[in-house]
Amino acid sequence: MPHKILSKKKLSQDVFTAEIEAALVAKARKPGQFVIINIDNEYSERIPLTIADADPQKGTIRLIWQRVGKTTAELADMNPGEKLDSVVGPLGKPTHIENFGTVVCVGGGIGNAPLLPIAKTLKKAGNKIISILGARTKELLILEDEFSQISDELIVTTDDGSYGRKALVTEPLKEICQRDKKPDQAFVIGPAIMMKFCCEVTKQFNIPTQVSLNTIMVDGTGMCGGCRIEIDGQPKFVCVDGPEFDGHKVNFDLMIKRLNAYKNQEQKAHELYKKHKCRMGLDK
Amino acid sequence: MTEEEKQELLQQLQEKQKTGKLTPADRYEIPPQDMPAQDPVKRRSNVNEVATGYTETHARLEAMRCLQCKNQPCIEGCPVRIRIKDFVAAINEGDFKKALAIIKENSLLPAVCGRVCPQEVQCQQTCTVGLKFKDPTKAVSIGRLERFVADLDQNEGDVPSVAPDTGMKVAIIGSGPGGIVAATDTRRAGHDVTIFEAFHKPGGVMVYGIPEFRLPKAIVRHEIESLEKMGVKIVCNFIVGKTRTIEQLMNEDGFDAVFIGVGAGLPIFMGIEGESLVGVYSANEYLTRTNLMKAYSFGKGADTPIACSKKVAVIGGGNVAMDSARMALRLGAEKVYLLYRRTERQMPARIEEIEHAKQEGIEFHTLRSPKRVVGDENSRVIAIECLQYRLGEPDKSGRPRPIPIEGSEFRIDVDTVIVAIGNVANPLIRQTTPSLEFNKWGNIVVDENCKTSMEGVYAGGDIVLGAATIILAMGQGRIAAAAINKYLAQKKKAKTKS
Repeated sequence: MPHKILSKKKLSQDVFTAEIEAALVAKARKPGQFVIINIDNEYSERIPLTIADADPQKGTIRLIWQRVGKTTAELADMNPGEKLDSVVGPLGKPTHIENFGTVVCVGGGIGNAPLLPIAKTLKKAGNKIISILGARTKELLILEDEFSQISDELIVTTDDGSYGRKALVTEPLKEICQRDKKPDQAFVIGPAIMMKFCCEVTKQFNIPTQVSLNTIMVDGTGMCGGCRIEIDGQPKFVCVDGPEFDGHKVNFDLMIKRLNAYKNQEQKAHELYKKHKCRMGLDK
Repeated sequence: MTEEEKQELLQQLQEKQKTGKLTPADRYEIPPQDMPAQDPVKRRSNVNEVATGYTETHARLEAMRCLQCKNQPCIEGCPVRIRIKDFVAAINEGDFKKALAIIKENSLLPAVCGRVCPQEVQCQQTCTVGLKFKDPTKAVSIGRLERFVADLDQNEGDVPSVAPDTGMKVAIIGSGPGGIVAATDTRRAGHDVTIFEAFHKPGGVMVYGIPEFRLPKAIVRHEIESLEKMGVKIVCNFIVGKTRTIEQLMNEDGFDAVFIGVGAGLPIFMGIEGESLVGVYSANEYLTRTNLMKAYSFGKGADTPIACSKKVAVIGGGNVAMDSARMALRLGAEKVYLLYRRTERQMPARIEEIEHAKQEGIEFHTLRSPKRVVGDENSRVIAIECLQYRLGEPDKSGRPRPIPIEGSEFRIDVDTVIVAIGNVANPLIRQTTPSLEFNKWGNIVVDENCKTSMEGVYAGGDIVLGAATIILAMGQGRIAAAAINKYLAQKKKAKTKS
């Protein structure tokens, strides 16, 4: 059954959001879970995307993605009314939510999208929320308003200082950890390298830290093992054992290398797609 | 022997047979008919089916080799007890429709089983002709004959008749061989049947696992289409346990009975150093990328990439290992090594697959197994370090235990490693169905009717048996369907009474 795109919006230069029909997923999904989509069942690749939000009454889910390769670019070029062949889920284990006390939520770039539903639910569970949102530059910052509504404290950083504080997220994170009353729990979602350094900070202060990993996947049900990472030296599957893990135990260096497994092929496919798109324009 | 000579021989034998003078000794004299196949050099660079199938002459000659034994030992070797003697006799008579009808009494997917069943350890192992020659490959080629009559029928598309609607709903979880058979048999009884499949295409292991060169997708598609013509609904992208649980299907969605045929679905890794390096694949991932996702045409119509390998090591000795090795070759690998820690005799793969793999140039290295995978500074595989093994006393499986020889380390330079040492039960259903009983390996516990610990829930195939075969999964699908039909008949009776 195809899944219609009901609305689509550009959030920043390369970040998009869309509301997509997926009634059963919308009903079953919990914060922290993801879907795997297939634009076209005959030729597309299967990619995992976090469910940013869902409306069970309406039967829709909200996806947020960054244009990084061919498939995400193709998705960004789709318009409301068009359909995805496949949306399967919800996959992965939901986030473990409880009243920890004070929680620091650190989002980097596109990571703000999966972080938002978790932060919302943490707030509902009675936690005090300190949010740190980082982006390379002002234009790339997403979901600031949504986070400001649920955060007791919100810090925004940009790498180039074009907005908020000129810093990497690790700087304010360290300061917060140094406060008299240090946070009880941290959630960090963003690029692998950012999660790695945030975990190094929170580890120094002994603050339990959950990270959400977005690895390469095929089936999303544990069948292929393509998403495997090392936790405390042991192999784990992100799709069924995760996507959330104790950040202090993740071998981020290996994960980053595995994420780059198909870099050359992905670049080639993206270039081809862009070229093809240009030609399509000329033909008209 | 040329084709003309074969035809001539067949005519002579048929005439002799008519007069009743064809003796068993004459039948032993008939040369076993080889399976025609694509040229090994050519087929290395295409994904088309390797074994091209018998002609009518081949089939009738081969069928004539059958002694028509009274005690029918072949049937004892068949997990679903096909009336082999009778269907082979029908081929001998030239009545191919009748032959197929006989097979279909017990097996719904003859075009599949004729291709992928390990006949040499089933029907052909017990065949008198094979025993006479002390070689199951010289037995009557029952599998090839089964395929021959099944392929003749591919374009006909007879749809099994369906009983009037019973108003009962059956959910089949998984669209592999077990699910297809269970769906067909419950639908025939008039139930409203829905198959739920996790992937975006139905067919299970026949679509994601077994490559086109061994089992063309068109055959699976044909079987799925017959199901749809019968009125079976197929819902893809639906993961039972995630999208909906079994309890929800039964308590909220109105399903009266459930068949779980989800397969094994969790790859075993070796647990050695370097197994998460870039370039190490489970066979499941390697084959899914190439078969289901068509990575062989990456950049030319398919978006799923796969490693561009030059030197590949495949670990394992089963059919999946052969499939992976032969697929790597077709994707352009220059060298493919197959490492197995026992000897060729103990390999679980079908003999025909081992032969085909060797013909194509796969290098077999038996009594070898990796100790660690070696990577470069970018965590990409550059080599495997292996140990030599020797055979010891038989283990629990009855096969001699492989024992590593200390200090025998050696290195093979490779850029890709494919681990094909089997699967264990996928935990998704277990995690989300607390009232279902599992054994310590995570397989669902069932009785002789494939009934689980949950009322109205039946299970079969790899999720019950551990990693097994298509024919065993089909056999269980059939047993479960019969039990479901009985259960639903009783349930309906009880309903109408109250």
